Amino acid sequence: MSENNKIRMQLQCPMPKLDFDVITLGHGSGGVLTNKLLDSGVFNLLSNEILDEHHDGAFLEFKGKTAFSTDSFLVSPIFFPGGNIGELAINGTVNDLAMCGATPKYLSLSFIIEEGLPVKEFWDILVSIKFACEKAGVQVVTGDTKVVEKGKGDKIFVNTSGVGPIHPKANIRAKNVTAGDKIIISGNIASHGMAIMSVREGLEFDSEIKSDTTNLNHTIISLIEQFGENIHLLTDPTRGGVATVLKEIAQSSAIGIDLIQRDFPIDEQVASACELLGLDPLYVANEGLFIAFVSQSEADTVLAKLREDENGKNAQIIGTVVAEHPKQVIMKSAIGGKRVISMLPGEQLPRIC
Amino acid sequence: MKYMSEYRDPELAKKYLEEIKNTVSRPWSIMEVCGGQTHSLVKNGIIDMLPDSVTMIHGPGCPVCVTPLNLIDKAIYLAEEKDVILCSFGDMLRVPGSKKNLLEVKAEGADVRILYSPLEAVKIAEDNPDREVVFFAVGFETTAPANALSVVHAHRRGVKNYSILASHVLVPPAIKAVIDDEESTIDGFLAAGHVCTIMGNSEYHPISAEFKVPIVVTGFEPLDVLQGILMVIRQLEQSKSEVENQYARIVREDGNPDAQKVINEVFEIRNQMWRGIGEIPESGYAVREKYAAFDATKKYDVTIEEAPENPDCISGLIMKGIKKPFECTQFGKKCKPTNPLGAPMVSSEGACAAYYHFSGLVEA
Repeated sequence: MSENNKIRMQLQCPMPKLDFDVITLGHGSGGVLTNKLLDSGVFNLLSNEILDEHHDGAFLEFKGKTAFSTDSFLVSPIFFPGGNIGELAINGTVNDLAMCGATPKYLSLSFIIEEGLPVKEFWDILVSIKFACEKAGVQVVTGDTKVVEKGKGDKIFVNTSGVGPIHPKANIRAKNVTAGDKIIISGNIASHGMAIMSVREGLEFDSEIKSDTTNLNHTIISLIEQFGENIHLLTDPTRGGVATVLKEIAQSSAIGIDLIQRDFPIDEQVASACELLGLDPLYVANEGLFIAFVSQSEADTVLAKLREDENGKNAQIIGTVVAEHPKQVIMKSAIGGKRVISMLPGEQLPRIC
Repeated sequence: MKYMSEYRDPELAKKYLEEIKNTVSRPWSIMEVCGGQTHSLVKNGIIDMLPDSVTMIHGPGCPVCVTPLNLIDKAIYLAEEKDVILCSFGDMLRVPGSKKNLLEVKAEGADVRILYSPLEAVKIAEDNPDREVVFFAVGFETTAPANALSVVHAHRRGVKNYSILASHVLVPPAIKAVIDDEESTIDGFLAAGHVCTIMGNSEYHPISAEFKVPIVVTGFEPLDVLQGILMVIRQLEQSKSEVENQYARIVREDGNPDAQKVINEVFEIRNQMWRGIGEIPESGYAVREKYAAFDATKKYDVTIEEAPENPDCISGLIMKGIKKPFECTQFGKKCKPTNPLGAPMVSSEGACAAYYHFSGLVEA
């Protein structure tokens, strides 16, 4: 979130006066304290017609094909350069729906809070949730808050689920991917993961590395409007990074993927941070990025259109779907060698030397 | 990017490869000693670009691969039974001990932390005066100065709750052990650039002279590795056996005297067990008596029975270059990165994991 937005947030949404500074077990037990927290916080800030009914669940109406997705968010630190866990949770589910070719509409929002979280931090998270919802054009229509004992959580965990109608022109399916398809990435890789790592490791660079967290739904829908069925598959390379996601697709669709390392867009400072910490940017998490598999004939036009979008300025074609080597992802290295891209056996661990 | 893209230039890489092809007149086997070089070979797809007559053999220079099984069991014991904060470099956590690895111990509730520098561990000790902090100090000569410095630092600041579980291994004795093996077929070596940054090149001259092998001190970027290979091949084709320095932009003939000083202050040379290879004389560092208070093996009773290695694992033969990973009957079958039988299948710089990823085997 930009500095301007932060100031706007604080002016528009001053924290209400409460007679407690930290969240305690009582806030999650359904009594008076909970009502205080929810009324002055969640319901007030996120108010909309459906939520305002204060019912056990939301009354919604759908016509036609609908996408449904859920995700849980845990990140340490909960505030990081470029965002916080609140907007991450909104953008995450919004983007998952967008990857289905849907227009995200309604979200559920649940918190699991560790006792001792300062109310001020919870408020800041809520405010950024509000703005993230406005930006994406979604409404929080139902939710839940639980508090766990100190030591049984990590400050705050957030879960969001979301639904939205699938765009009539969208036909996003892994089975639509065919040999010859071009693989487009919407921007610089590895920014989110390295923003988090830089904070954790206390790294400083000429300018701060910021998370790329943002909502991609408007960008996606405008691509679908224009290119419809020529967009065969969309995916957001969050956890596990670009390499893991592409390998998963290659395996599940039994297609081969050829990538060209030199065409991968990456911020210079992010690349340096990766070198310094011994991490491979291909496996580092992204939050505001998507990969599109597009018909060969339309690829250049899609790329040009995407580059006009705020979320696609650094978009690049990074590879091609091939009939050879099904299930394998092979990358042409910077010096022209071939490297097989595989999934990591677990979390990426920094190397000793 | 300064000092990154310069050494990844595809045009220059092509020139080096051409030059290698033009120079080679017969098959040669070259060992890259250091795991970092193995990593670079694999990551950049260099192995496939070399002419068939040049065979690269991945050496024992992978710290996680050669750290003794018993020491990993000791680290696990300290984390589990002694309730210490056990700090370690990242890729040690997945290395199998006799029963489990440190990641599993962490999952079960032990306080195991991944750090980039042992000095952070001293800070953790200062911040937690009622807890004991142990740093799992593994690695080659490269990590020894920082590990030694952490001891000196803790000593100076009077930090009593910090100690290291040290398992340092040294490159020159390992090269000797590899050449000495009767089955060895290695014609030349790429020595580990970063080890020489610390220690200098002097120890390699007698080895090169005695065993008549070319040794080229080599860096880690793709062009470094290609140039290092070319330099070894040129020597081999001319029947020369000298020590050359490809990594001269970093490595000085006498290394880094300040780093050597701090190593000597804290450590002394001892015989050392190498996982998969066995004991190599004078090939490791032990904490000197003067700093015994910072030596976890002395601070705690950590006598743990030597557990047998998995009998199906032939990691020793692989690290000495006698067998290739795919010649192992378990490779890619019982032994995979998700279920490593031995350490070389763990780290991305371990020979088996490198081959596994390179071969593109699909995890079942």
